[in-house]
Amino acid sequence: MYLTKEEEKMLDGEMGIAKAHMLSILVKIGEIFGASRLIPIVSAQISGVSYRTIGDAGLHFLQSLKNAYVAAPATLNPIAFDSDNIKDMQVDDEMYRKQMEIIKAYINMGIKPTMTCTPYYYDNIPKFGEHLAWAESSAVIYANSIIGARTNREGSVSALASAITGRTPEYGFHLNENRMATHIISIDFKMKEEYYPLLGLYIGAHVDGVPYLRIHGDKTDLKLMGAAMAASGSIALYHIEGITPEYKYALRDKVDKIEISEKEIKKYQGDKIDVDLVAIGCPHVSYDEMEKIAKYLKGKKKKSSIELWIFAADSTIEQSKKWVEIIRNFGGKVMKDTCVVVSNAGKIYHRIGTNSGKAALYLRKKRFGGATVEVRSLYELLRSVVQ
Amino acid sequence: MILNGRVIYPGTVKGKVVKCERPVIILGDIDPHTGNVEGCGNITGKIFVFPRGAGSTVGSYTIYALRYYQSAPLAMIVQEAEPIVVAGAIIAEIPTVDKININEINNGEIVKISDDTVEF
Repeated sequence: MYLTKEEEKMLDGEMGIAKAHMLSILVKIGEIFGASRLIPIVSAQISGVSYRTIGDAGLHFLQSLKNAYVAAPATLNPIAFDSDNIKDMQVDDEMYRKQMEIIKAYINMGIKPTMTCTPYYYDNIPKFGEHLAWAESSAVIYANSIIGARTNREGSVSALASAITGRTPEYGFHLNENRMATHIISIDFKMKEEYYPLLGLYIGAHVDGVPYLRIHGDKTDLKLMGAAMAASGSIALYHIEGITPEYKYALRDKVDKIEISEKEIKKYQGDKIDVDLVAIGCPHVSYDEMEKIAKYLKGKKKKSSIELWIFAADSTIEQSKKWVEIIRNFGGKVMKDTCVVVSNAGKIYHRIGTNSGKAALYLRKKRFGGATVEVRSLYELLRSVVQ
Repeated sequence: MILNGRVIYPGTVKGKVVKCERPVIILGDIDPHTGNVEGCGNITGKIFVFPRGAGSTVGSYTIYALRYYQSAPLAMIVQEAEPIVVAGAIIAEIPTVDKININEINNGEIVKISDDTVEF
């Protein structure tokens, strides 16, 4: 791989051992995937933030990087709790303390403690064509598909390495030829709001490549579809005819065709149940979603038997204060920094309604509590919590 | 016999092979507290030989945790390294070499690794 003089120096340890290690990770990954060089990144989004997943060893590693500082703007993934809702989330003292130490270690490296899976709303907004090193599969697929920025599905450590060195190896979704569609998806039914996450789950589980779809939908529909695709499989980019920014250049002669029926996607929906928790915000809700929810709930009374938890970035909550207030007055909880998957929610509640295919996929797994989950449209869910 | 591969993290060590025939799900198959690898044995202080890593990318921290809990292998030999093993080996500073035909190496054998060469 070609390295600039500055990169050679970094690799030789002239800028410290931490930077040398971080750059050598990127060089080795680049060699494996046949990258010819490293390229500068505009930003990084870092996973591996929850104490529950990285543990004491991860904390120790992050603290060992104390002399390292980011060379590109970087933001953080969600953690296991909202520090303002410790009791509802059943967080013990040790968990709280260790989690705060992890965040502090990241802050010491110059990383913004955004704790959101939707950095693209306010905290870290990519532009078309920019090269990124993002972890968090739902943000990767949003940035690539809806924005037209360019990132591979980075891992916890490779995203951190890119933040600290300001570089990523040039391979995969950074290159035009790998952003072409590999599969055309055709559906013979009319899309309804709750079908986007279900279609996403189906495509993720059956397609390994770059799907091309002919459907309509707003950014929220597509966000929910993409997050589901990236969770049930390893998709990092899709195109939608007439909607996403790169669809015009995406088709070539040799593309596989896949037909999907309504029956097939409905398998992922789950049976109609009486839920004890309605969870919205996987990925975190936008300003528009917050407004929609608040306008529907305004002046209505909440059923005491069902909890309503809404998850958003702290920055989104700040921006949409007037809507958040309405939701809180209704009796819903609006939480920052965490989500229904990474918090204890799945262990506390066992019958959950959500509009997220990604959340449904994880919450149904034993390790996340093995809840019974139904996927419904936003308004159906909201209707179920009002008297 | 001498096999030549590609250095992931350099180092010179000699030890006994513990071999896994199947890809190892790093976060899941490896207990970093004990060094036990599900279905393959204990890798602490041994030369851990396996085809490739698999599963969640947080697995790199599991390799670091092996070092943190003093359960790390002396070295790793892999057929094809992927990003989880690469990042894990480098942050845990475990000598690691890839592009080695692991069919040539038997469980229990004594091998010597010097950067990109494996000798036995």
